[in-house]
Parts: sequence; structure tokens; C-alpha cells
Amino acid sequence: MNANRFRFPARGAHLLFAGGVLLLAAMPFLADNYFVRLATFVCMYGALALSWNFIGGYAGYPSFSTAAFVGLGSYVGGLLQNAGVPMVLAWLGATVFVSLFAALLGGAILRMKGHYFAIGSITLVEVLRMVASLWVDVTGGGDGLNIRILDGGPDFAGRVFLYAMLAVMLCAWATTLAVERSRLGFGLRCISQNEEAADMVGIDTNRYKTAAYTLSAVYCGTVGAIYASWVSYIAPTDAFGILLTLKVPVMAMLGGLGTVYGPLVGATAFVLMEETIWARFLDYHQAILGVVIVLLIFFLPGGLLKIDYRRGLARIRSAAWARAGRATATEVR
Amino acid sequence: MSLYAQIVVNGLMLGALYACIAVGFSLVWGVLNVINMLHGSFIVLGGYLAYFAWLHWQVSPFVMLLAVSVGLFLLGFLLQYGLVNRVVSQPVLTTLTLTFGLDMILYNLMNVWFDATPRRISLDLGRLDLNGVIVPNDRLLAMLLALAMTGVLYLVLRSSRIGRAIVAVRMDRDAATLMGIRVGRVYAITFGIGALMAGACGVLMSVVFPITTNITGLLLGKAFVICVIGGLGTVPGALVGGLALGLIESVAGNFLGAQSAILVGSLLMLVLLMTRPTGLIGKRGYQ
Repeated sequence: MNANRFRFPARGAHLLFAGGVLLLAAMPFLADNYFVRLATFVCMYGALALSWNFIGGYAGYPSFSTAAFVGLGSYVGGLLQNAGVPMVLAWLGATVFVSLFAALLGGAILRMKGHYFAIGSITLVEVLRMVASLWVDVTGGGDGLNIRILDGGPDFAGRVFLYAMLAVMLCAWATTLAVERSRLGFGLRCISQNEEAADMVGIDTNRYKTAAYTLSAVYCGTVGAIYASWVSYIAPTDAFGILLTLKVPVMAMLGGLGTVYGPLVGATAFVLMEETIWARFLDYHQAILGVVIVLLIFFLPGGLLKIDYRRGLARIRSAAWARAGRATATEVR
Repeated sequence: MSLYAQIVVNGLMLGALYACIAVGFSLVWGVLNVINMLHGSFIVLGGYLAYFAWLHWQVSPFVMLLAVSVGLFLLGFLLQYGLVNRVVSQPVLTTLTLTFGLDMILYNLMNVWFDATPRRISLDLGRLDLNGVIVPNDRLLAMLLALAMTGVLYLVLRSSRIGRAIVAVRMDRDAATLMGIRVGRVYAITFGIGALMAGACGVLMSVVFPITTNITGLLLGKAFVICVIGGLGTVPGALVGGLALGLIESVAGNFLGAQSAILVGSLLMLVLLMTRPTGLIGKRGYQ
């Protein structure tokens, strides 16, 4: 009962989401470039968190390969663009490449479970980063890769990248809804609860897991390629950043794992916190992220969406009643 | 000929340190089923403490070995007792993210306090020349001490009361509880021992290599690789894995370059993980 309420989001949630999307889309007309940039980050991390949710949330596999897909997407996109492919086609090319990469790799890496899978997925990030910095002829090595800046001035570019990221986020959201209502979503939830049992009742666990892993890579590739065009410079250490690979699961956990809106809520809350609080303490940026993680795990294990607001309200109300009752009792005495 | 002998000797000296790096990590992973992402930072913390004691008060690193061991044991014990124990039976994602978060705090604080300049203790103990194979004495001493610490841990696990309790918990937690072992305390002690070994290893490393906060991830990666090669939770496994990785890196580093040596290690681990999902000599049931 409780779980169902989140599994099939209520109409109110969809309305709120529509309002949020409109607000993001209207940002260039409402506020200056700083807020446009912020909105682009919200869309970007929203798309990444939704992607991670397929493997980490629905299937329950602790994947830390987000940065591998994002980095690969940004390098493929950047290299295609430098080879003269038009920008949007380069983004699509990166998406296809990263999806194929994940689908091929998934079959092998998903044989691992638990800690081994987690480590394998982190190692993937490290290996790709080292390849990017060693393969100097193609990637430019540690010097990084310059990508042509989009013509048309910063205002125009800001809008282009905002709407591109927003479109990716909407695609990821639509995919999540489709998965949520399909056999795939059901099967993944079974796998997350008990993989052997899921296998016993006839779920092709390997195919389902590979599908989830691939889905978790598709939009990461697109986001990576768009990001590369946006910042117009990528280097191995920031394209395959270990922080990114941790941040994205934390966002999804902050909102609520295995839900449609959890990752979006988490990503938005995270980006806003990062901008308003951490930006003031540059030296302690990572430590504050660490503290947020620790607090999240101890005090908000189910995420923001799993807080039972009604019960909380009821508790406050009953406490107020009790206090009122005690007050009248003393008056009578 | 002497080139190959040199490569093997270098590999063994490196491997002894690697074994020392991995043995605590492997123990924590095997007994608690927790991946301690703090391990790399513990090593660097140990190295820094030894360096600054040597720089400011001329304390010998071999004296600091003892002090750092005690300090890090307490730090690890308290972290496990106060924080990690509360979520120790939850899914991998939770425990891994928690130690990752704690690592970020420690890493950040070290960066602010010590900054990331590479630092090394240079003792100038001279070197041995064995028929053209050069063995620097400080490295030799570090290697012997690393092996000694690993040996002591092996003996502690085999023959002391607390060691038997740790092994019992690793084999079967529920049965150990029924035998009257206080699992929470055993967990905390195990985590403390993991931190102790990491810190001690950091002290030894600071005598041999420059220490900087930037290598925490690298060290952690090596601990992973060794655990996958050698299997989890046993001292001999970590020793075999450490020596194997040391030799592999020494050979690959000599013929392909230092960066590629790390890549070879990571690729080897990925292949091993995919073909032998429970580790090369690991037992089933530790996934």
C-alpha cells in the first residue's frame, strides 16, 4: 500500500513536474545567465540521476560507472565534432556509441554481484580515464581536448544547451515511466528483491540486468556529449571524475530509489544545496558533501519522497493535543 | 641477467608493501562485508603523521610506526563503533556510500591541513650491492617491517583469543553470536586493525615513496586489485596477491612505462572479476 503510492505517481506529482519543466524552460526569459546555467545543471543531473536509477534503483545493483559513460560520451562527442560532424549528430553518435559499449560490457560486468560489481564499475571509470590520458594521439592526453565554441554569443548558447539538457531529461523521464509500467520494471524490482527467486519464476535476469545497465548509460552518453560542447574543453580527470560517479547515486538516494520522481527531486535539491551552501566554502566542498552523505544515510535512508509527511503531521498534531490536554488538566487542578 | 634480477627484487620490495596495504582492507571486507573506502586515506594519514613528526621533532619513523598504529587503531575502532556498525547489515550501496562519504571528509581535511605537496622522509641509510643488483637499505627495511607486520597479524588471527573471534565471525556471524561473541565489538576491533595496518603501511611508505593526498584513490585501487587476485579475508591471500601485483607492476613498469603499469593492474582485475566473479582463490559466499 505504502509502496504503491510511490510506484504509480499520483496526478499531483505529474502536475508538479509539468510546472517544474515549464519553469526550467522559461528560465531564459525570467532571469539572467547565472540562473540559466543553474537550470541547465538541474536538467543535466536530473537526467543522470534518472539514468542511474534504472540500474541502481530498480535493479538494486550498486553501479558507480556513471562517470565512465559521461566521460566516454563527452570524448566521443567532442572527437566527432572536431572531425567535422554537426553538433547534434555528434551528440547522437556519442549516444549510440555509449549505448553499444554498455550493452556489450553489461553482459560481462553484470556477472558480478554486490561489492564485486561496485568495484568493477568503479574500475571501469579508472581504466577509461587512464586510456584517455595515455592515448595522446587521439584524445590529446592530459592536455585535454578543445572543442569549437558554438557561434551566436553566450545568451544563444546558454539557451541551446539548456533546452538540449532539458530534452534529455524529459527523454529519461519518459523512459522511466515506460519502464515503470512495463514487464521490465516489474522484473527489475524482482531482481532487486531476490535475484535467485526472480530467476526461478522465469525472469531472464541476465537480459533484464543488461537492459537496465544499458538504459543507465544511454542518456549519460548524450549528457556527456552535450556537456563537452557546452564547456568546449574536456580533460581526462574531469570527464571521468570520481566525484561525479558518487554524486549521481547520492542524488538518487536523496530523492528516493526506484521511484520516478525521486531522482529528479534529489538532483534538484542537491544542485540547489551545492550552489547556495557549498559554493561559500570552497576549501571544504568535498567534506561537506561527505557530511551530507553521512547525514543522508543515518537520518533519511529512504530519501525525501519516502518521508511520510502525513504521519509526521499527525504526530505533531497529537503532541499539540497532548500539550493542550496537560494544560487544561493543570488548570483544573 | 642482472636486469631481470633487479626487476624481480624491485617487484618483491614493492609487493611486500602492497601486501601490507591490502591485508587490512581484505580483512575488513571479508569479516564485515564492508568495503572500506577510507583505506587509502588512512595510509596517507599515517605517512603524513610520520613525516611531520620527523620534520618538526626529528622523531624516527620507526618510533612513529608504533604511535601511528595506536592512533589509527583508535580512530578506526571509534568510526566503526559509532557509525558503520549502525548500517553494517544493510545493502552494499549503503555501506559503500557511507565509507565513501567518510573518506571525502578525511581526504578534504588532510588536503586543508597538510596540502597535497608530495613529501618523503629521506633517511640515507645507504644501499646494498649484490652482484650488480642494487637494494636501497631504507626500502629493504620497509619491506622487512611490512612482512613482519603481516606475519604478526597472521599470528594474532591464528592464535589469540580475539583473533579466533574475528575468524569465527567471518565464518558464520550467527553461530558466533550464539557462542557468546559480541559481534559489534569484534567488528569494531577488526575495523581498527584494518586502520592500524593502513597507518603502519603509510609510515613505511613515507620512507620509500613521496606521500601525497592525491594517491589515496590509487592506493585504494591497488587494495582492490590485490583482494581480487588473492581472495578475501585471509592473510596468505593478501600476501600472495600483493607480491603478485608488485611483480606484475615491476615487469610492466619496466617494459611499458609507469602509467601503463597501473593500467595493466586494473585491466587484469577487470578480466579476473569477469571470469572469476568470486576472486581468483576466493571462496563462494563473499559476493
